[in-house]
Amino acid sequence: MAKDQQQKTRAYKIIGTPRPKVDAYAKVTGRALFADDIMLPRMLYGRLLRSPYPHARILSIDTSRAQALPGVLAVITGADLPQKFGILPSSQDEYALAIDKVRYVGDPVAAVAALDPDILDEAIKLIDVEYEVLPAIMSIEEALAHPEVKINDEARIGNIHKAVSYEFGEVEAGFAAADYIREDWSYYEGNNHAPIEEHACVAQWEPNPSDPAGGKLTLWSSTQTPHYVHRELSKVLGLPQSHIRVIAPNVGGGFGGKSDPFSHEICACELSRRTGRPVKITCTREEVFLIHRGRHPVKMWIKTGVKRDGTLTAMHFRSFLDGGAYGSYGIATTYYTGALQTVTYKLPCYKFEGIRLFTNKPPCGPKRGHGTTQPRYAIEVHLDKLAHDLGIDPVELRRRNLVEPYTHTVNGLRITSCALGECLDQVVERSKFHPNKLAAAANPHASNGSVQYQPAIKRGLGIAASAYICGAGKPIYWNDLPHSAVQIRLDRGGGVTVYCGATDIGQGSTSILAYIVAEELGIQPERIHLETADTTLTPVDLGSYSSRVTFMAGNAAIAAARKLKEQLFEVASERLHVPSESLQAANDVIYDEHDPGVALPFEHAVQFAEARFGALVAAGSYAPPEGIHGDYKGAGVGPSPAYSYSACVAQVAVDVETGDLVVEKLWLAHDVGQSINPLLVAGQVEGGAYMGCGEAVMEQQIFRKGLHKIPSLLDYKLATTLDTPEIETILVEIPDREGPFGAKEAGQGPLNPVIPAIANAVYDAVGVRIDEVPITSDKVFRALKNLAQGKGTELQPTPIELSSPWPTRLISWQHNGSQGEDQSKASHVPVQGGVS
Amino acid sequence: MRQLITLHVNGERHEVAVLPHHTLLEVLREDMGLIGTKHGCELGECGACTVLIDGMPVLSCLTLPLEVQESEITTIEGLEQNGKLHPLQETFAELGAAQCGYCTPGMLLSGAALLREHPHPTREQMKEYLAGNLCRCTGYTKIYEAVEAAAQRMSGGDEQAIRPAVEGYHG
Amino acid sequence: MLRLPPFRYLAPRLLDEAAQMLEEEGDQAMLVAGGTDLYPNMKRRQFTPPVLIGLHALPELKTISGSPEQGMHIGAGVTLTRLAEYPALLEQYPALATAAGSVSTPQLRNAGTIGGNLLLDTRCNYYNQTEFWRRSIGYCMKKDGDVCLVAPGSPRCWAISSADTAPVLVSLGASVHLVSARGERVIPVHELFRDDGMYPYTKAADEILTEVILPPATGWQSVYLKLRRRGSFDFPILGVAVALRPAGDGSIADARITLGAVASHPVEAKDAAALLIGQHLTPEKIDAVATLAAKRAKPLDNADLSMNYRKQLATIYVRRALGHFVNQQSHLS
Repeated sequence: MAKDQQQKTRAYKIIGTPRPKVDAYAKVTGRALFADDIMLPRMLYGRLLRSPYPHARILSIDTSRAQALPGVLAVITGADLPQKFGILPSSQDEYALAIDKVRYVGDPVAAVAALDPDILDEAIKLIDVEYEVLPAIMSIEEALAHPEVKINDEARIGNIHKAVSYEFGEVEAGFAAADYIREDWSYYEGNNHAPIEEHACVAQWEPNPSDPAGGKLTLWSSTQTPHYVHRELSKVLGLPQSHIRVIAPNVGGGFGGKSDPFSHEICACELSRRTGRPVKITCTREEVFLIHRGRHPVKMWIKTGVKRDGTLTAMHFRSFLDGGAYGSYGIATTYYTGALQTVTYKLPCYKFEGIRLFTNKPPCGPKRGHGTTQPRYAIEVHLDKLAHDLGIDPVELRRRNLVEPYTHTVNGLRITSCALGECLDQVVERSKFHPNKLAAAANPHASNGSVQYQPAIKRGLGIAASAYICGAGKPIYWNDLPHSAVQIRLDRGGGVTVYCGATDIGQGSTSILAYIVAEELGIQPERIHLETADTTLTPVDLGSYSSRVTFMAGNAAIAAARKLKEQLFEVASERLHVPSESLQAANDVIYDEHDPGVALPFEHAVQFAEARFGALVAAGSYAPPEGIHGDYKGAGVGPSPAYSYSACVAQVAVDVETGDLVVEKLWLAHDVGQSINPLLVAGQVEGGAYMGCGEAVMEQQIFRKGLHKIPSLLDYKLATTLDTPEIETILVEIPDREGPFGAKEAGQGPLNPVIPAIANAVYDAVGVRIDEVPITSDKVFRALKNLAQGKGTELQPTPIELSSPWPTRLISWQHNGSQGEDQSKASHVPVQGGVS
Repeated sequence: MRQLITLHVNGERHEVAVLPHHTLLEVLREDMGLIGTKHGCELGECGACTVLIDGMPVLSCLTLPLEVQESEITTIEGLEQNGKLHPLQETFAELGAAQCGYCTPGMLLSGAALLREHPHPTREQMKEYLAGNLCRCTGYTKIYEAVEAAAQRMSGGDEQAIRPAVEGYHG
Repeated sequence: MLRLPPFRYLAPRLLDEAAQMLEEEGDQAMLVAGGTDLYPNMKRRQFTPPVLIGLHALPELKTISGSPEQGMHIGAGVTLTRLAEYPALLEQYPALATAAGSVSTPQLRNAGTIGGNLLLDTRCNYYNQTEFWRRSIGYCMKKDGDVCLVAPGSPRCWAISSADTAPVLVSLGASVHLVSARGERVIPVHELFRDDGMYPYTKAADEILTEVILPPATGWQSVYLKLRRRGSFDFPILGVAVALRPAGDGSIADARITLGAVASHPVEAKDAAALLIGQHLTPEKIDAVATLAAKRAKPLDNADLSMNYRKQLATIYVRRALGHFVNQQSHLS
């Protein structure tokens, strides 16, 4: 229970109440525009030609036949866009169109713009590419075993893209102090974001011969990160950023899959520049699977030492990431697979080794949870096993090890608010969770096949806890600039316009800005007009990734609004003869809190203020505070201004004869700090639960013979209404000191505990461990058969043997000063860090 | 060669010149400016393109305009009447059943068809009727709540203010 | 956005006209009813017919007549939704209602037809892929290539019969009516199928399937079980259709067991069904029948979930299908 809470001077008017999103009515009436809805005069259609081979050298490309086809207006190849790009400065390894080599089936090779899509179909077939096929690497093991088949020059050694090795504290001593040590291997398959909206963009070049740059470019794109796209477009197209405008219209889901700058965006721009006409490129669903940037397949090894009472003494964690053909966010992902182990449970010492391999598959990147989902699965199942080995209640085991609020971790992360204990309490109570007690006869949730020939169903409950960041502590490209900024303009007619680069991908970030500004200025949100995600109009917000937007844009919005409020209160104070400190703003008036009848309508205050100060415009910005990370190389991934916490109990039903697995219910408690709009928070929790459940039991990005095996929505299984469990959401609201109105994130954290909770529930139900995700019926079936034949209770993945030491130097680091209470705790500053 | 056909869409009669191989989805969006109907796969595997043909949910990505000239086609634009929203649109907005909003047009039309056939659907019926509409954002939970609220509203039952099924725990 | 290839579309108003057009256009034309199987296949360029002849408007194909006592005639153009909800089917031919109602999703069933389902193109996860995908892997025997990618040494195609109604109609002893400009014929439905992934139907190119004829239901019970990963969208990866006619004393007078999605055609487990004749449904008998029937299931690695799993589940599902009748009996008595 947090002892110091955010000071609330009065109950909120807007914050914390459920209300429709600001774009809800546009969305339910079909008025909301998405990228493919944009139709411009004289618009052309574009398409990419993609590699049919997983690994090949390009010997020649001849586009002449395509160019000669009537209705084709431009064809480009890699030679036309030779500048490399990538989302990470440390991974600039992509070409808009392949030069020299293709590295996965789907790697873009050429692009065409034509009058209509039917012509495109023809044109694509008329581009002649000669390839020299090379051997293809399709797994982590193959990548390690064949360094001579070099996929990507970013790898200094063989196909090793990145290797990291850390030791925090005295790990050997930690294991020596343990009463019991356990090791486990597990594997988490890769999966795709599968937003319902396919990637799409429209580029429009407007030539201007008197401009040295030649003209200006506008790109509407279904993207989560207009700012990063803006930067990379400038680099690849050789156009100043001042001449490029990137706009994200409504985005039909992203989940991390629309956070990279993409070939189709760059090519649409270049084709528009060459033709002088708008060019639209809309990807097919198969292309979405090939563009990917989805969850890395990760094979993991975990070893922990515990005391007899379950107290953790040491942990050693290894992750092997299958990165696909390019870097994307993968370096960050590699760090993420090791960074947050210390943020849920107290680890006095910790060793982490991670390695990312290149393979000839669509590149992996960030998917909801970004690199923390896989290790969270490994840990929470591992803890369950430990609890079982020690004969301790798995909830008790977790409780004994929970981190304390306002402490630092052994790897230098700063933990502030933490209500994980409450989350665990809530899900345990509501689900009537019982400790793992597998006795077939005693299983209270079993129903036997008492009606003949009906399936015999056994039920079980499983529990897991988790944490996630509220925004990456460092931007993608390191700089000293704010991470988010908000500009607000007050119009003398009483209108309020809020500008922010924050990108609404369905999570409601635009609405959050409205609610926060409305609360601060004491007005109805419906009065506010929002301009978002437009690199020309809106100040930079880094984008919708790492669950940063509510925390960072929210704080920036508060800062901007307070500046304006100060001006309004100054003139109101004069008009009303009331000291500023006694004024409040709510319900569209500014009033004396001691005598609410003494009031000035908002519009009047604005007019007086404009007369006094001139145009009423203010900007606020936010950057995370200092001191939230260690000072070792690589410490930039993991830190965050706050962490959210979640706990999940899953109830499953297993048909013991067929292995058919049904997830019946999920209880999810999420420590969100403060709901800005509980409807939206609950929506994120439920959506995260749904997605986690899908990953746990049916989603998989898999390959066969070098190709994506199932690049369609029929074969890649997304849970329908008939496959989705009942979800009970519990919001735990203990305000965070630095979050806007105490708010933390909700977009990603709730997904993480779901997968291990389901895995643990399967064990509770039928006594088998499938240490691979997804846990599909055929695996359960096989595990049950093994169990029946006395072949053990676990389906474990094949371990990876590394014959040589970890291929990078070890970084040993210890936190200066005591590991314990945060010395720099400041209890009454509502917003810390670089807010101005 | 384009063919001149007549389509009855949202209560209006339209003459459109179409190529036979352009699906209803493409004609609605690209020839008629009705961009409310969305697409997520174009192969009948997601339900995003759902429209109503004579009141029945049908996939517009697998329908040829040539074949539905005698039918009443309803798209999302036609669910509202003269600016007045269908109760299901209201409850979707009020209860957070639309997050990114991309599956929403198709979901609403399937939902409207459900409510016409079953004015007080059970959860099971909702799941069956909406089993052909994938949503990636909501986990379907608030969609069911919105359908229930709309059913109540349409039968003149207890008017629901926003009452999301969210349990809060405040420390 | 994936789109159809160009084609000419012909819209006959009557069946005779359709048959005539089909004869005139020859191999340039394909028939289309609901289009829910053909259009996705055309978007993936598995088929690129220059001409489509639309059947959806033909009134002759939309009627349902007869009775469970006398037998029923179901127009090939009747939608799966209508079939799934049809009271006489639900009561007397329940396996058919179940099968029709289990196909894909409500939207698809509102357009898809029984005729279209019966004549569903066979499926394989090397075949049901876009043109780009198939070109990348080098095509397969069924379309544009010469090798079966799931069984490279095999001289034949192993694409899977994936219709839900097919095994049910075989077990129900249905017939189909085929009409062409040359004449018409009625054949038992099992003669419609051929054990060949590439040419799985004996229907001639110029024939139109117009009707499904169900024999009288009197005395028969039926059940259909479908194995698939999700509750909607997915094709069967195993279908078990069982029809039984009990004798007065509760023993089995007649039985048909047909497996779907285990081969290129619906497979009748005749020897397994024969074991039931004159017998009562005891656990031992059910086990023996299920084990024998499952021997007919020889799935390959060209569908969802492991082939071993699909094979193992055949025994279990046949057992459960038979058990369904036991539960019904004991429930009634």
